[in-house]
Amino acid sequence: MEESKRTVSCGKHEVTGCGCAGNGKGNGKFLNPTPMLDKLESGPWPSFISGFKQLAERTKKPMLRGVMDQLEYSYNTRMGYWKGGLVTVEGYGAGIITRYSMIKDKFPEAAQFHTMRIQPAPGLHYNTKMLRGLCDIWEKYGSGIITLHGQTGDIMLQGIEQDKVQECFDELNQNGWDLGGAGAGMRTGVSCIGPARCDNACYDNLNLHMKALKYYVGQVHRPEWNYKLKFKFSACPNDCTNSIMRSDLALVGTWKDDIQVDRDEVKAFVADKGIDTVVNNVINLCPTRAISLKDGEMDISTKDCVRCMHCINVMPKALSPGKERGVALLMGGKNTLKVGVNMGSLIVPFMKMQSDEDVEEFLDLIDEIIDWWDDHGLDHERIGETIERVGLKQFLEGVGIDHDINQVSRPRDNPYFKAKY
Amino acid sequence: MSKPERTWKTIESGPHSYDEALHPVAKKNYGKWKYHEIPKPGVLKHVAESGDTMWTVRAGTPRQDTVDMVRLLCDVADKYSDGYLRFTVRNNVEFLTPNEEVVEPMIKELESLGFPVGGTGMTVSSVAHTQGWLHCDIPATDASGVVKSMMDTLYNEFKHMEMPNKVRLSTSCCAINCGGQADIAVVVKHTRPPRINHEHLATICELPKAVARCPVAAIRPTVVDGKKTLMVDEEKCICCGACFGACPAMEINHPEYSKFAVWVGGKNSNARSKPSTMSIVAHNLPNNPPRWPEVTDVLGRILTAYKKGGRPWERVGEWIDRIGWKRFFDETGLTFDDDMIDSYRHARTTFNQSAHIRF
Repeated sequence: MEESKRTVSCGKHEVTGCGCAGNGKGNGKFLNPTPMLDKLESGPWPSFISGFKQLAERTKKPMLRGVMDQLEYSYNTRMGYWKGGLVTVEGYGAGIITRYSMIKDKFPEAAQFHTMRIQPAPGLHYNTKMLRGLCDIWEKYGSGIITLHGQTGDIMLQGIEQDKVQECFDELNQNGWDLGGAGAGMRTGVSCIGPARCDNACYDNLNLHMKALKYYVGQVHRPEWNYKLKFKFSACPNDCTNSIMRSDLALVGTWKDDIQVDRDEVKAFVADKGIDTVVNNVINLCPTRAISLKDGEMDISTKDCVRCMHCINVMPKALSPGKERGVALLMGGKNTLKVGVNMGSLIVPFMKMQSDEDVEEFLDLIDEIIDWWDDHGLDHERIGETIERVGLKQFLEGVGIDHDINQVSRPRDNPYFKAKY
Repeated sequence: MSKPERTWKTIESGPHSYDEALHPVAKKNYGKWKYHEIPKPGVLKHVAESGDTMWTVRAGTPRQDTVDMVRLLCDVADKYSDGYLRFTVRNNVEFLTPNEEVVEPMIKELESLGFPVGGTGMTVSSVAHTQGWLHCDIPATDASGVVKSMMDTLYNEFKHMEMPNKVRLSTSCCAINCGGQADIAVVVKHTRPPRINHEHLATICELPKAVARCPVAAIRPTVVDGKKTLMVDEEKCICCGACFGACPAMEINHPEYSKFAVWVGGKNSNARSKPSTMSIVAHNLPNNPPRWPEVTDVLGRILTAYKKGGRPWERVGEWIDRIGWKRFFDETGLTFDDDMIDSYRHARTTFNQSAHIRF
């Protein structure tokens, strides 16, 4: 049904594969020779070079030829040749990553190769109508190259010229798509698959993601803070979105009560895998020795459990997270730049996240946190760096969060502070 | 060229809605999934409290995709999974269907189209990676090419669940490491302080901003040939490249002196051990396009040793915790050198503050 609507269609007879091993050779008439890049067409893993070549030979877009030429030149000289700039759409100050070629005299067809960051649906869920529509608009205005997905979580539409950006955005926007974040503002969020398919999901992360990013949509589009701020939403402590290290505000699902145990399934597991597996792979690997055998049955001591997920991961049929579920907030995750990698640390051990009021209360807290960072942070300082510089205690006081032993791995090991006297 | 007047009024809608993107079976059983199994590599079976079953087929993609490739994936989804598909954070595509009988034909079709099916459970999954020479403004390499080279050598490990536990990889084109922490990460490491383009510096950079960007206060204002510019105290410089992001005239990238380092032991999951950051285990590897054989060689050594010696459920970092760094270097054939002793902030937290010794 969508097929007939396409303004530009890739005929099925032309596109025979994902662009692996040799499929991208095309007729060789449009593209210039790229002997270095061609070496990335062999081997079993799908080749992005073959994909690019196939697309270029079909669409005959000069930008693709220019970009392939410049990429080949980079492979030969081992240097990059893009510089930034300022391109945006009306009313926005972010979302377009501007790229001008530094060597456009050499490769005039690659003079402009801007990227549009587009916010996907939470959980990276698609139907083919959405995705085909996106492809058709992108092919109409841009190069046809898409990254699924960028490290911040965006759909990256790569390769558009400045004078087509607004029109392309308008058409995307009419189809439900909006630009993602860039620069010193709120960034696009990331969620794992969540309750849509996962038996470990401890909260509705897709819903929270949607509500939070809609609430901060102005700060996504008009950056005005010290530096970037990222949300990631992992629905259980397996943290499939890598929120603890990839986000300033990590929302990790957890639970308070007993792990749910299906006794019959435990028996079935033991019968199937043997008691050795239970002892060696489940009980012995529990980080807090919370599991023991009692009369041949597994006994989990909730007061010793840290909710790490291991036993549940090994025995998903027999064990599942408890019923009193919610979210932990960890803050300060960032990668290496300047101070070195910083892992998010626990700030709020448990928040209920079921009702709209829970979500509102959560957003109020994040507002407080952002205000504090706005007051105390320095230019180009991520919130985790600000907390370390100013002090976790001072941060907690500043935003009105109670101190909690879960926020530290242990009390301090030095006496250097001013106590009340 | 004049343009027609703009008539559309922007809707600042934020993320795309997901309601229509969920398979009806996912929607019906939303939040009510009971358990899952991994019947074979690349296939997940989720069972809901209602008794409904959802099958997932997972396949690797090149991440740098095209509209043609995405339409091809849509064709597969229309044919086998009622028009629904999703992606994982590691760039795998997933097709969700309640119909068990389409699983095998779908796998066959995906494989015939060149998409390897796998990446579930105890496999080496696809690589989280960065943009590189194709698009980034500060890259020293092309992550997509490195990743293609790595995954060609790890193809069988993607398709077979033979590792002690899941293996997560990342690749980054500069020391900022946007690819992220991983079991094994391949990251550019600059080995020389930046060359300074005095000719252009003052015209393209805000001097105080570049000075403030340096984490070790190695940058100072100076004058060269009558022009305001910056200088770097090369003794102090840690070759991080932070100044380059603020000031492109601080040219940190170099075809020869921007090298590769390999890092191990990153883990974001809370399962068993607490999440951990990575340690450097190899560096000074050449940035050698188009196939980076020196990098894939180191990766192969580490994975071979881990596959052989890791116990069930041990991630790479946990395996090393058990066997110790000495055996790690012995068994991988890599060399521990004095540059791997931390000299930056919090260095003492990496010293061995004990008499626990391995001979």
